[in-house]
Amino acid sequence: MEWVNAIIQGLLTGGLYALFACGLSLMFGVMKVINLAHGDLAVVAAYLALGVVAITHVPTVWSFVLVVPIFGALGYVLQRTLLQSALNRSVLTTLLVTFGLSVVIENGLQQFLSANSKSLNIGSLVSDSFSIGSQITIAYLDLVILAVAVVILLGLQYFLSASRNGRMIRAVADDREAAQLSGIDYRHVFGIAAAIAFGTVALAGIAFGMYTQFDPTTGSSQLLLYAFEAVVIGGLGSLWGTLAGGILLGVAQQIGAQFHAADQILAGQLLFLAILVLRPRGITSRRELA
Amino acid sequence: MSTRQESGAPLLEVHDLVVHHGQLRALSGISLTVFPGEVYALIGANGAGKSTLLRTIAGLHHPTTGSISYDGRDVTRLRPEKRATAGIVMVPEGRRLFPSLSLEENLKVGGSFARKGPWDIGRVYELFPWMNERRGQKTAQMSGGEQQAVAIGRALVANPRVLMLDELSLGLAPVIVQRIYAMLPQILESGITVLLVEQDVSQALRVATHLQCLLEGHTTLEGTPAEVTREQVEAAYFGATDGSNG
Repeated sequence: MEWVNAIIQGLLTGGLYALFACGLSLMFGVMKVINLAHGDLAVVAAYLALGVVAITHVPTVWSFVLVVPIFGALGYVLQRTLLQSALNRSVLTTLLVTFGLSVVIENGLQQFLSANSKSLNIGSLVSDSFSIGSQITIAYLDLVILAVAVVILLGLQYFLSASRNGRMIRAVADDREAAQLSGIDYRHVFGIAAAIAFGTVALAGIAFGMYTQFDPTTGSSQLLLYAFEAVVIGGLGSLWGTLAGGILLGVAQQIGAQFHAADQILAGQLLFLAILVLRPRGITSRRELA
Repeated sequence: MSTRQESGAPLLEVHDLVVHHGQLRALSGISLTVFPGEVYALIGANGAGKSTLLRTIAGLHHPTTGSISYDGRDVTRLRPEKRATAGIVMVPEGRRLFPSLSLEENLKVGGSFARKGPWDIGRVYELFPWMNERRGQKTAQMSGGEQQAVAIGRALVANPRVLMLDELSLGLAPVIVQRIYAMLPQILESGITVLLVEQDVSQALRVATHLQCLLEGHTTLEGTPAEVTREQVEAAYFGATDGSNG
C-alpha cells in the first residue's frame, strides 16, 4: 500500500512538473529556443501573484487571472525583441541571452525583494485533503494542480492541432522559410508561441508558490532542472511526452523517497540519466510538435 | 521581344540585380521584365544563379544593389511574407512541404492570407483529383511527384498573380514531369503569370513564351523560344565557345 501511495503522490507532483515543462517544450519545439530563464520566470510569476494579491486583495487562487495575461504579453514582447534579435544571430546566442536573463532576474529579485522565502498563502486549502483507505491521502491542492496541468496540455494540444493559429505554429516550427512563402510572418507566430509558453509558466509558478516556499534562487536551482528533465524524459517538442515525462519524474522521485528521504531527487536524476542513455529522444520518440 | 509590350504594363520588373552569398557574387546585374500572362523561363546550368534570382524576387535574399518592382511599386525592401500576400508566390526548390502537417493542412496554411481569386482548396482538388481521398495523409509518405503537386496547390490557394516555380522537375521521372507541366494551361487560364526556373532546357522551351539564360550570374541570352536557335541556347547555357572569353 505504501508503494501505491508513492505512485499516486508521484503522479500528483508530476502534474506540476508537466505544467512547468510544457512552456519549455513549446519554446524549444517552435523556436528552437532553450529558455534557461524558464525557472526564474516561474518565480517572477509567483512574486507577481504576491504583489497582485497585496494590491487588489483578490483571493490568492484567483491571482492567475491577472498574472497569466501579463505574462502572455511579456512573452510576446520579449520574443519580438530580445529573443528574436538573439535568434537572428544564432541559436547558440539565445542560450547565452536566456542564461543572462536568468542571472539578471535572480539578482534583481534578491536585490529588490530580499532573499527571504515567500509563499502564496491559500489558507487551509494547502493542507485540505481526503483519504482513500487508511494509507492514501490526497491533497486537494495537488489534485487541482494535476487537473490544471492535464487540462492545459490537452487544451494546448487541441489548439495546435485544430486551430488556424495552431496550424501556423506547427507550419513555422516545420519550415520557417516555407511559411514565409505562404504569407506568414513567422516572428509574429513566434510571439504567439512565446505568449502561450509564458502563460503556462506563470500558471506553473503560481501553482508552485501555493504548493511550497520559493525564493529568488528557486527558479534556477530547482524548477528549471525539473522542467528540463520532464521535457527530456518525455521527448523534445512533444506535449504528450511532456505530460508523461513530468508524471514519470514525479513517480520516480516518490519511489526514491520510499527508500530514503534523501534519495528523492536522486531517483529522478537516475531516471533522467537512464532515459538519456537508453532512449535519448525520450519515451515518445517522435520528432514533431503535437 | 517585339510584341511583348503590347500586353500592357509589366507585372514584374527586376533591374540590375546584384546578389552576394557571403563573399561570393551569385548574380551580377540581372534584369528581367515579365508581362501579365507570360510564361517566363529562366534556364541555365547548376550554379548559374537561377534559384538565387527567384529567391531574391520572393524576398528570401537581399540584393546588394538593384531593384525589384511589382505591379508598378518598388518591393525591393519588402519582407517575403508581404510579397506573398501581395501576390508573388513561390513554389520553392525541393518542395519544402510541412512534414508534420497533413495534405489538407498544408493547403490551408498556403491559404492563410490568401488574396481574393479563383483558387481555393476545392479547386486544387479538381486540378489534382487524387488529393481529395488523401487529404488527411501526411505528405512525407507521398511520392516526389505527389509532393510537388501539393507544393503547387499550396501556392495556388494563395491566389498569386505571379507564380514562381523553382525546378519543378528536380528529382522526378520524366513521365511525372510531363504530368505536372500538363496542368500549366489551367493555371494560366485563371490569369496567373508564371516565372519558372528549369534545368531541363527542352522542357522550358516547350512551355515558355519568353526565356532568359543565365551563366555564372550573368545574362547570356534573352528572347522568345521562336527567336533563339538551338546553337544560341547551347552557347548561352555552357558559355561562349567562340573564344570571346579567352
